[in-house]
Amino acid sequence: MKGKLREEYAIVWIICTAVLIIFSFWRNGLDVVSALLGIAAPPNMIFTGTIFAVLIYLLHLSVTVSRLQKQNKTLAHEIALLKNKDKKEQEKKS
Amino acid sequence: MKEKLAIIIPAFNEEESISSVVRNAQKVCENIGLSHEIIVVNDCSTDNTGNIIDGLPCTALHLPVNLGIGGAMQTGFKYAVENNFDFAVQVDGDGQHPSEQIPALLSRLKENNLDVIIGSRFISKEGFQSSAIRRTGIGWFRWINKLLLGIDIKDSTSGFRMLNRKAISIVSETYPDEYPEPEAIVLFTKNGFTIGEVPIAMKERQGGQSSIGFFSGIYYMWKVTLGIIFTFIRTK
Repeated sequence: MKGKLREEYAIVWIICTAVLIIFSFWRNGLDVVSALLGIAAPPNMIFTGTIFAVLIYLLHLSVTVSRLQKQNKTLAHEIALLKNKDKKEQEKKS
Repeated sequence: MKEKLAIIIPAFNEEESISSVVRNAQKVCENIGLSHEIIVVNDCSTDNTGNIIDGLPCTALHLPVNLGIGGAMQTGFKYAVENNFDFAVQVDGDGQHPSEQIPALLSRLKENNLDVIIGSRFISKEGFQSSAIRRTGIGWFRWINKLLLGIDIKDSTSGFRMLNRKAISIVSETYPDEYPEPEAIVLFTKNGFTIGEVPIAMKERQGGQSSIGFFSGIYYMWKVTLGIIFTFIRTK
């Protein structure tokens, strides 16, 4: 189905996939990069990196949810007020 | 021109009590000397509340989704701003708030030139006093308000309160969704409003369920304490 994922989220997933693809071709890349960053065991680098990325992403989602909740509330208020106005108009007409 | 008073009644599943609350408020306000309108905000009730209020002598606002009492009250405040009301009073849909005291709130608000007046259970210690554990919680809010704002509000969780035009316009813009009462006090004080309290006697709820159970009571304390602190930091 098209349009299921907004572009900004697609970018995140594309980058993740790209990183995975790079390291699956470049087999000793993990050792090189972790040595560069001074991490003794390469798996630790993966865990650290992943947890960091997930935390950032969660923070972003909390912000988004808060914003949506606020907009949702405003819309609900508008609807309630409009329904009342509409009812008054109907009563005036009849 | 006569001044206008809005009686805002938030209702979520209050089919047992709502009609007596509305009729009672109607009776009290007939002799109050200013034009009034009763506004019931139906917070997407799942019982018969919606149908009942459509047949009552009041303005019914039906929310399409459940927003919580704060969101419901804000709907009423927005209505009050749109329709140019001078005063707004909150009366809970469960029948705990004594409508008979509305004139007392009004006269005190006007006489002392206040922006907000709160009906407090703990001044004359009459009527329903709530449980010991809840009073402890209320004591904690009283202390934190004194510490942060330097004001002494004995019953900061009381929803039975009346606002003037200035205060209505603030809460129509921002109002907390859940358990809004203690946070709103911070909001009012930070905006430089004057707050007063009058002694009232509350009743025990006539029907329905409290929105706060035991475990949610623990959540309530945290949520409201954080809310007070955040509102304090956020509002200039």
